[in-house]
Amino acid sequence: MAAVQETIDRVKGIDVDQYRYGFETQIESEKAPKGLSEDTIRFISAKKNEPAWMLEWRLEAYRRWLTMTEPTWARVGYPKIDYQDLYYYSAPKPKKKVASLDEIDPEILKTYEKLGIPLREVELLEGVERPSAAVETEDGEAAAPRTKIAVDAVFDSVSVATTFKEELKKAGVIFMPISEALREHPDLVQKYLGTVVPTTDNYFATLNSAVFSDGSFVYIPPGVRCPMELSTYFRINERNTGQFERTLIIADKGAYVSYLEGCTAPQRDENQLHAAVVELVALDDAEIKYSTVQNWYPGNSEGVGGIYNFVTKRGDCRGANSKISWTQVETGSAITWKYPSCILRGDNSSGEFYSIAISNGFQQVDSGTKMIHLGKNTSSRIISKGIAAGKSQNTYRGLVSAHRKASGARNFTACDSLLIGDKCGAHTVPYIEAKNSSAVFEHEATTSKISEDVLFYCIQRGLSQEEAVGLVVNGFVKDVLQQLPMEFAVEAQKLISISLEGSVG
Amino acid sequence: MTALLEIKGLHAEIAGGRKIIQGLDLTVNKGEIHAIMGPNGAGKSTLSYVLAGKPGYEITAGEVYLNGEDLLAMEADERAAKGVFLAFQYPLEIPGVATLTFLRAAFNAQRKARGEEELSSPDLIKRVREIAKTLNIDADMLKRPLNVGFSGGEKKRNETLQMALLQPSLCVLDETDSGLDIDALKVVANGVNALRSAERGMIVITHYQRLLDYIVPDIVHVFAAGRIVRTGGADLARELEATGYAQYQSEAA
Repeated sequence: MAAVQETIDRVKGIDVDQYRYGFETQIESEKAPKGLSEDTIRFISAKKNEPAWMLEWRLEAYRRWLTMTEPTWARVGYPKIDYQDLYYYSAPKPKKKVASLDEIDPEILKTYEKLGIPLREVELLEGVERPSAAVETEDGEAAAPRTKIAVDAVFDSVSVATTFKEELKKAGVIFMPISEALREHPDLVQKYLGTVVPTTDNYFATLNSAVFSDGSFVYIPPGVRCPMELSTYFRINERNTGQFERTLIIADKGAYVSYLEGCTAPQRDENQLHAAVVELVALDDAEIKYSTVQNWYPGNSEGVGGIYNFVTKRGDCRGANSKISWTQVETGSAITWKYPSCILRGDNSSGEFYSIAISNGFQQVDSGTKMIHLGKNTSSRIISKGIAAGKSQNTYRGLVSAHRKASGARNFTACDSLLIGDKCGAHTVPYIEAKNSSAVFEHEATTSKISEDVLFYCIQRGLSQEEAVGLVVNGFVKDVLQQLPMEFAVEAQKLISISLEGSVG
Repeated sequence: MTALLEIKGLHAEIAGGRKIIQGLDLTVNKGEIHAIMGPNGAGKSTLSYVLAGKPGYEITAGEVYLNGEDLLAMEADERAAKGVFLAFQYPLEIPGVATLTFLRAAFNAQRKARGEEELSSPDLIKRVREIAKTLNIDADMLKRPLNVGFSGGEKKRNETLQMALLQPSLCVLDETDSGLDIDALKVVANGVNALRSAERGMIVITHYQRLLDYIVPDIVHVFAAGRIVRTGGADLARELEATGYAQYQSEAA
């Protein structure tokens, strides 16, 4: 069929360089000496004025890491990483101690402005201009309620700004860079850090434990519903620099928080390592909703450059009736290795995982989730939508497990894959273990190819080839998009169309 | 009368080399409705795809002009923006995309292509609802994913809705009567008739006379083995109903 041939030709000529966030910010930075050693870790810890126990914690992780080997079980391939050829700490050089936004390096402010991240509270208070292509409610009418979002902006290794701090403080919510929390709330951090993802967990998490430089810390006190969405925006700017952020979110009894995470990086020929750890703790009756729009630089059309995104994200439903929900839209990175998981420890707790993973060009995605049912009457739900285009490989890897005492465990899993063109691959690797006879697990999976007839139908109505693909794909991922907070959903919808540009002929 | 569509000596084959259209000449003037009737496999649907620019067909000879412009040189979406509309025999399903969302995307894509301003959502919704009412389409159907789980009648009413919204200059209706009961047929026919105008031309492709009782054509063509073998007025359709296509098939062969 000519249509298919044309698609193949176009895919061959595909250009992933549609990346809009590939610019670099020219600022002076302060770096740790290249390479990894106990000295590097001491340097980072000293830079952060950390308590002594924190340094010990890091060193212990480092020593452990030296005995570990890099995992190879994921369906991804990449040249060996030289861990001595990286910088582990890079911070924009401060002119003096920053007391307000006006004193932040204007180049950094400009960076966030270009990225569309509001660091000035006033802009949000007055209401930011809404994009016209707002996500539709059921009858297609655009609805965009005005909401406030508090932002923590992490630039390379440090947090450069956190907004709405005062307002949050009034509600009793702690939202600050983790480096600051280590100084201001050391007991809280010490109590929870590493309790969900222990320092010994896995190669990349252990490395992170040794060298993490910043990230966000959130604590919601008992019974408090966080008055606004919290968000962290990660930006890797510096060359040859690994980003190792650490996020810790605790929702105390009966608390609720919705947290958003966004990421971008400049376009570079060499690969950059991003090994983050995110830990969530939900106590009795608490709920945490964690959303990610990951748009790290994916590399160019020849597969050169891009971020290696090796991330450990895990939530612990520690209390009864607690709930943790992960929603992710993954469009970036050369390689993604990431399995946001829930440990359903508390009785009646529930976990959710909603994912859209799009790969194009030479991207490799190995992503999924783990739902570990430990408590009684726990439930989990997994909706995964994988879209592969170009020459990319897209794998869903998931584990659903019910332990002996987890009576009444329930899981529903639906994994759908959509293929665009015939040079890409979609793979589904589900692991299901039920050690309790009362567990009820359901698993559904589909793989389909985007149909040339459907595309022609759209094009006959006047849509361009790319608009048609964008429309069909957005329909395919709708169930997941609906889980995102409004502002993010709009952004994600646009991002999906952009990342598929040039994927069909 | 001005020629809206001119097809001259058209030959087309399906990828793989099977000849489908073999020397077609046809002129549709503004304001005219032409019916194309013929047996299965005569190439009627292929003609509609070739006009709309569906990939997978090769034009080996001939020319096609829409309002004097070379239609075959245009991409399919360009043709749509120029006013070519194909009502599909089997409209396709798009899961997760609300009908209204699809209508807006199509409407604004065509406007953009013509360098016109896009219509705001509230104005568009108003316009869609007005047309929907005349086709017995309720608000609920507009919210449902496009064609997913629609009955045959709903699909064809939806095609008519799209046609009325997009206001094309050339409507090609491919077997619009298939899958319709008599009540649905009347609703769709009324919708199509409402679009009859001095500025618009239509090609109605059908096997049966039945549809033409409701959409009365100006000219009827018998299409067999890839070309027109006979042309007449509306009464030719009734004659065919009585005599069948057998004689033309042997004639063409």
